[in-house]
Amino acid sequence: MSQAATELIRISGHAGTVPGAGLNREFEVCKLVDTTTCIGCKACEVACLEWNGYAFTETTFDNTYQTMPETAWNYWNLIKFNEHERADGSMMLLMRKDQCMHCADPGCLAACPADAAIVQYANGIVDFQEANCIGCGYCITGCPFNIPKFNPPSRKVFKCTLCNDRVSVGLEPACIKACPTGCLHFGTKDDMKELAETRATQLREVSGFADAGVYDPSGVGGTHVIYVLHDAKNPELYGGLPKDPQIPLSVRLWKGPLKWIGNLAMVGGIVGMALHYMRFGPKKEEPIPPDDNNNDERRV
Amino acid sequence: MTTDAVSRSSAANQNEETIVRYTFFERINHWLGAFSFIYLLITGLAFWSPYLYWLAAVVGGGPTARFWHPWFGLVFTVSLSVTFIQWRSDMRITEADRAWAKAIPDYIKNEDDKLPPVGRFNYGQKLFFWGIFYGLILLLLSGVVLWYTEALPWSLRFARYAAVLIHASVALITIGLFLIHVYMSAVLEEGSFGSMILGRVTRAWAWTFHRTWYYQVTGKSQPKQ
Repeated sequence: MSQAATELIRISGHAGTVPGAGLNREFEVCKLVDTTTCIGCKACEVACLEWNGYAFTETTFDNTYQTMPETAWNYWNLIKFNEHERADGSMMLLMRKDQCMHCADPGCLAACPADAAIVQYANGIVDFQEANCIGCGYCITGCPFNIPKFNPPSRKVFKCTLCNDRVSVGLEPACIKACPTGCLHFGTKDDMKELAETRATQLREVSGFADAGVYDPSGVGGTHVIYVLHDAKNPELYGGLPKDPQIPLSVRLWKGPLKWIGNLAMVGGIVGMALHYMRFGPKKEEPIPPDDNNNDERRV
Repeated sequence: MTTDAVSRSSAANQNEETIVRYTFFERINHWLGAFSFIYLLITGLAFWSPYLYWLAAVVGGGPTARFWHPWFGLVFTVSLSVTFIQWRSDMRITEADRAWAKAIPDYIKNEDDKLPPVGRFNYGQKLFFWGIFYGLILLLLSGVVLWYTEALPWSLRFARYAAVLIHASVALITIGLFLIHVYMSAVLEEGSFGSMILGRVTRAWAWTFHRTWYYQVTGKSQPKQ
């Protein structure tokens, strides 16, 4: 058994227990993205491609600084760009590094039906195991951040791994390594939250951004990628960052109450039919009474 | 029905004589629908619960099951469309069905002699047919969304949210109908299962369970109740 197995705290589509459940031997890791010091250089995008072995391919230009409209199956890290005009008429160029948020309560994993196609490690990383993926796309439905992307030829879904391969051997993610302004930080969740709050306080008290704050949405149990925003009250401005992301209600109903009602109904129905047969037995044909023979036999 | 439907022999053993209940084409189509439904059931249940995921292995593994499930959905749709054309008029719900519906408790207790006479299909069979028919429409609409779920833009994500819930809920209803159908036709009512294989039932069977149809098909006049 590899050491990694004991670090699994959640496994998608899995019947039974999980080896790392209840163990608390690892720090939760966290990536901190300070949007206020991002210059949109896209070094992180290139580093992501480099490390993960994807070639840069043709893209869609949408008249902004953005490389493409949204992340792709082979492009996991994208700087979302927005030209925002403030109430006083001044202009802001908002840049946000978009990637998997590595939710503590991941909607993709909740929706996934395939055993171990999505796993969550004790350090908080949510990782897709493409070998086990069946290509159903339920993770796309479950994710509140529009992150999992389908690759038609392989019929598998891909997304940012938080450089699980690097982090597991003590390195920081490739994007962090490449950032020239220091707007990207990597460390434990506790340390990153503290650093983020320090920066948000500085923005509020020194830099005149009264609404500056940290984005670590509680609707998905907190995330292992957190943002510092100049305007934490309007996260949508930053390339459509949802204000209160949740696992969709329909996914929760489907994977929760509906599952139990459905299973009870199916088992109950089978048991009920067996009891019916034991109580009432088969329906048998009865002989036609002899006086019925007297009817005229008209041929149709 | 033509006179060929009734095999001619002496009136003495008329109970044993057989009548055509389902034509060859009706039977072929029924089994096309049945086998495609069973495939959909096996693969669908595999995606439904981790404890049933092994069912996917039975039909070639998860990715294979995911690939073929929608195609078998289309096969089932073709089969049910043919059934609709064949049986639509027989499945129309009539006044007689309302009287029969009131006697369902007697039907459950196997006291079939207390039931009003019914035509080719009884009210329960009609409810089954229309349940599957309208269920399929919903399964098909939600199924298309799930088939190409990745092609739907983020702005239309509500369609995905609706589809997962509708597809699972309606599938559960059709599974319930399917279980009742299998129990009644293959276990409970003797002679039914064979009629869907060789197409024939005895006169006594027809007289017992579908009396109005029996008189129609034999051309006998139905005695006053």
